[in-house]
Amino acid sequence: MFKKFASNPEFRQFLKDKISVSAFFVLVVFYITILFAGFFAVYSKDYSNRALSYAPPSNVYFIDKEGKLTKPYTYNWIRVFNKDTLSIEYKQDRSQKYYLKFFKKGFEYKFLGLFKCSRHFLSVDNGGELYLLGLDINGRDNFSRILYGGQISLTIGFLALLISFPVGLLYGGISGYTGGFIDAFMMRFAEAMMSIPSFYLLIILAAILPSGMTSSQRFALITVILALIGWAGFARVVRGMVLSIKTQDFIKAAEVTGCSKMRIILKHILPQTSSYVIIAMALSVPSYILAESGLSFLGLGIQQPDASWGNMLKEAQEFSNIIYRPWLLTPGFLIFVAVLSYNLIGDTIRDILDPKSKVK
Amino acid sequence: MSVWVFILKRIIQSLPIIVIVSIISFFLIRLSPVDPLAELKLNPSISKDTLEHEKRRLGLDKPVYVQYVYWAKNFIKGDMGTTVTGEKVSSKIKERVFNTLLLSFSVLFWTWIIGIPIGVIAALNYRSVYDRLLTILSSVGMAIPSFFFAILLLIFAQKTGLFPIGGLTSANFYSMSVFEKFVDVIHHLFLPTVVLTTISLAGLSRQMRANLLDVLDSDYVKFARAKGLSENKVIIKHALRNAINPLVTLLGFEFAGLLSGAALTEYVFQYPGLGRLILEAVLKSDINLVMASLMIGSFMLILGNILADILLKLTDPRVKVG
Repeated sequence: MFKKFASNPEFRQFLKDKISVSAFFVLVVFYITILFAGFFAVYSKDYSNRALSYAPPSNVYFIDKEGKLTKPYTYNWIRVFNKDTLSIEYKQDRSQKYYLKFFKKGFEYKFLGLFKCSRHFLSVDNGGELYLLGLDINGRDNFSRILYGGQISLTIGFLALLISFPVGLLYGGISGYTGGFIDAFMMRFAEAMMSIPSFYLLIILAAILPSGMTSSQRFALITVILALIGWAGFARVVRGMVLSIKTQDFIKAAEVTGCSKMRIILKHILPQTSSYVIIAMALSVPSYILAESGLSFLGLGIQQPDASWGNMLKEAQEFSNIIYRPWLLTPGFLIFVAVLSYNLIGDTIRDILDPKSKVK
Repeated sequence: MSVWVFILKRIIQSLPIIVIVSIISFFLIRLSPVDPLAELKLNPSISKDTLEHEKRRLGLDKPVYVQYVYWAKNFIKGDMGTTVTGEKVSSKIKERVFNTLLLSFSVLFWTWIIGIPIGVIAALNYRSVYDRLLTILSSVGMAIPSFFFAILLLIFAQKTGLFPIGGLTSANFYSMSVFEKFVDVIHHLFLPTVVLTTISLAGLSRQMRANLLDVLDSDYVKFARAKGLSENKVIIKHALRNAINPLVTLLGFEFAGLLSGAALTEYVFQYPGLGRLILEAVLKSDINLVMASLMIGSFMLILGNILADILLKLTDPRVKVG
């Protein structure tokens, strides 16, 4: 099976394209990191050091004061009140060096969500504090939260796809195959859904969610809401394809042998659309990632204390944050890199599979 | 088929869609557990009379479908109720719709002015370094989350002081001369336009590239070349005109994308548009305002599509109502 796949000419053409292969590599790195988020995270989900809110990133030194290369070490921050400027400043506590440790035991987490584990890729000597991207307003470690947030931001799109695509497929299939009045009505309904500006619909739906849900309930409902955008346009395209597929002989044969309508739609018609469906799915992942981040940015998506890249960026709504603490913008760059990688891969796939591109 | 018949048919076709949209938006909001008058009751400056009027207007003591008919009737008459702060919804929406249209048209204008030449250059240099570079650049533009880009531009505005931070007009707008007002509005429109243009540029320039590639491969272009016309003449007189035509249909889509996409940008730039209005209304659970702006937003979208179709009909007489 794998051999067959590897010798596929389209797959080889994809491998030749250096940009999309590197984009693919970037995505693989992203997904591996969030899959092992507990292992790579320095602090646990509920860690917070309120005494040091908005502390800047810890500096990691490889060269000591004598100019010799040493094991990497860091200093802790101390909070100082500056009486002249009346502001809070952070200074390094140079009295004690803390060396970075690899594969040391730390807080307990579930490795791959299956078995308990407490080893961590990176941590620091006892008593030391290592904040690679500083702390947020509540004193939580940004670096670890980016890892946990990525788990939500990068997967919610896929989960939404798993809802919206089957719905769109079935809807388009039934509408196209049945025809007549039902078809006309179903298509008008889909067009009406498409006529509502999607982001308006998103924020309204997210806002009428009842408060006081657990975070996993909220995650599930936000996924469903995201799935509501995009299914209608997809269903319309599927219907168009079904209209042409249903005139073919093998469908007539199935009808003659007495298959039920549902069986014809599910077993004979819809599988014919699979190549389009797979491409359309791959191309629509980034739009879901962007939609989730936008919703969470407004405070309507994933809510605190859960992290998502969008709600971490909420801190960027304050001017003093962006100007004095630019590292808080990291999630924005990560969203950008992830979406860009998806888009570049999508472009190449579309180019390869589009017969017109072979004309020249 | 004359143009007028086409327009009439197209309008009749979209009437059922408007009705369905209104049903969806009505039931969506009315069936949510929010009391539509809760916020009004909390506001001490709203008189009892207004509350009574609202109750009667919405028909809250009657079954849901009767409420829908009430609401629809009033909506057609132009009475959309009051906001939680006691203003008239219709006047508030009127002002915001104009601002959103202003922003959308400015974005559409620049997208076309920049996007079409980019698409043409890419197509004429098919599979060259230029082509590749332009594709990647447009992917980059498309991948930046709009709100994030808007924030970055705001930092830029803050640090350089070249652009105003948010809003549509300066504080002393009303004491300006007509020309100064014009300049002031353009000054404020600049950054939001940059954000939205960057994002929608990719779609248009790619479509233009694909269309032009198609047309350049067609028989009539080959014939024009065979006649011995200069390459410039072939491209400008024969190929370009035909390649731009299908883009007119895209106008409707783009407009739809803009309405949605502008909401976040409007929010970050504090731009007084429809998107920010609906967002604020949602956050304040101002039911009347939410429903009215959802309806108006959808209405604008449908109208935009109709206008794009009419424009297409005017440029390409072969088009028929599907």
